[in-house]
Amino acid sequence: MTETTSVLALRGISKGFGAVQALAGVDFEVRPGEVVALVGDNGAGKSTLVKVMSGIYAPDEGEYHFAGRPVKVNGPQDAADLGVATVYQDLALADNLDVVANLFLGHELTNVGPQLDETRMEQRAHELLGTLSTTIPSVRTVVASLSGGQRQQVAIARSLLGEPKVVLLDEPTAALGVPQTRQVLDLVRRLRERGLGVVVITHNLADVFEVADRIFVLYLGRPGGDFAASDVTPEDVVAAITGVHNGNGNAKEATA
Amino acid sequence: MSTATPPVSETDVLPRSRAEFLQRFTQGDFGSLRVLITLAVIWLIFALANDRFLSAINLTNLALQIAGIGLISVGVVLILLLGEIDLSVGIVSGLCAAIMAVLNVKHGWAPVPALAAAIVAGLAIGTFHGFIHTRFGVPSFVVTLAGLLGWQGVLLWVLGDTGTINLNAPLIVDLAGTFFADAIGWIIAVVLIAVYAAVTFSGRMGRVRAGLDAPPVGALVVRVVAVAVPVLLTVWIVNQDRGLPLALVILVGFVILFDYVTQRTTFGRHIYAVGGNEEAARRAGIDVRRVRTVVFALGSMMAACGGIMLASRLLAVNQSSGGSDLLLLAIAGPVIAGTSLFGGRGRVWSALLGALVIGSISNGMDLLAYSSDTKFMVTGAVLLGAVVVDAATSKRRSRAGRV
Repeated sequence: MTETTSVLALRGISKGFGAVQALAGVDFEVRPGEVVALVGDNGAGKSTLVKVMSGIYAPDEGEYHFAGRPVKVNGPQDAADLGVATVYQDLALADNLDVVANLFLGHELTNVGPQLDETRMEQRAHELLGTLSTTIPSVRTVVASLSGGQRQQVAIARSLLGEPKVVLLDEPTAALGVPQTRQVLDLVRRLRERGLGVVVITHNLADVFEVADRIFVLYLGRPGGDFAASDVTPEDVVAAITGVHNGNGNAKEATA
Repeated sequence: MSTATPPVSETDVLPRSRAEFLQRFTQGDFGSLRVLITLAVIWLIFALANDRFLSAINLTNLALQIAGIGLISVGVVLILLLGEIDLSVGIVSGLCAAIMAVLNVKHGWAPVPALAAAIVAGLAIGTFHGFIHTRFGVPSFVVTLAGLLGWQGVLLWVLGDTGTINLNAPLIVDLAGTFFADAIGWIIAVVLIAVYAAVTFSGRMGRVRAGLDAPPVGALVVRVVAVAVPVLLTVWIVNQDRGLPLALVILVGFVILFDYVTQRTTFGRHIYAVGGNEEAARRAGIDVRRVRTVVFALGSMMAACGGIMLASRLLAVNQSSGGSDLLLLAIAGPVIAGTSLFGGRGRVWSALLGALVIGSISNGMDLLAYSSDTKFMVTGAVLLGAVVVDAATSKRRSRAGRV
């Protein structure tokens, strides 16, 4: 776990909200071509950690390293500029627009002045969705008529247009049926094949063991365990999530 | 699924079979076709009831009657696309016309600066509404309701003791009073059709060159013919009377301009995005406040244009300018023609089609010598019918899983 191999690394991150200490001394990293599952109980600090990574929250303490260099991240735009893309649970797609329009929303391609270059956008949408082998029927489909899994695929594909190095997925399979979950997890694997660092926040341990290379557990805002997915059983992970092994936040034992 | 807003680009995908067409039609696609059917029914009824309804002179009058309200509706469509409402467009149209009249008649300004001042006043009023709405988070309904009252006061103050100002400056009066010679009317029609055909086919060529699937040439020919026929028919009819009215050219010109802006530019795309899912738009990096403010400014600017047109036709501005049912009809028109009140769905063309429906009812009932009581009831019923049909078809659509 040397600094040079990780694309995004957080060192000693702490973040408090008033009396609540949401994160305390968290080290976290993700390497290129690696899928890290970020798990933990409700209130364990998963969302806070993701918001630190995506630049929404500034940590009270700790360092943000990107591609081996310490960086200052003041706001989501800084994180996006570095190459950290975030796909939130509530998708943020415009239902009334088609797939192409949603993919390029806010970054539309133009030809003459502000005139939309629909042809080029459609071409690039085809290329992108083709390489990801998504199950979206037509790029001119209105998003409202897509299934939950397809919408998630659109949201993830959109995050790739900015050529990110790291993709943060917040509960990508929540509220999806079995076949749709499979489609999304297939897509996560293809992100890994592209050499991206992927962080997946999830409640679903089956998903975790299906795609994750590494499992990072948060327990009450502290590191609760950092496992290679091949080395542990779901029971070990559940124990770490519920704090059975590490005795009320003594994280050293599990990470050792 | 049921709360989601239905698609916007319904005309882009042509049906492949008659069954698919029927299915999609009953699910609420081809919204403008439904309005055209409504319009055809209304025209048929009035034509049967009074053979003067479809005469050249009456249809020319109809074009003049809808020009002012249609211009106001163009701005209303933009605001409806955001999912917002502007209750002040009626009175702002009156106020801006009054500003033009006072500057021109009382202060001796030349027509062009007076017209420009009225339009700038519209832009300023809309910017003000947009600023209050976005900066303080006040719902547009309340901001523009306050505007409805406040600008009414300003209108009375601007007019002063005179009450009525008669207009006689050539350029201002000419807006509603100019008719093109027959030949020029034909030239305008042919140029319009040629440009439309060129855009349609060059768009197809671009897609073919880029290796994308393109609609069959036959379908595009049908589309061009579907535009060419009504355009040529209109010019043929008005040429039997006084000729193509400048007012109609201005109205159609603004409709085309704003249809282009909404369908083909990044700004238009952002309007639909804000209307469809404001949070999505914000996260995509769109400056939502700016989009909203600009749309409100454009809405009031179009109200000013409509007010100027109405004043030009009336040859006067008075204390009831912009009042009465103008506001309600300007909003009802686009809604009848399929623009959603909840944002993100509709086309600028609905301003023209809606104004045609409402104008035809009013015009036809005048011909049949009905009084305003019946007129209001029929217009209300048509609005209600249109909205009910719209709700029913989108329900069918969501049952079919297409929302």
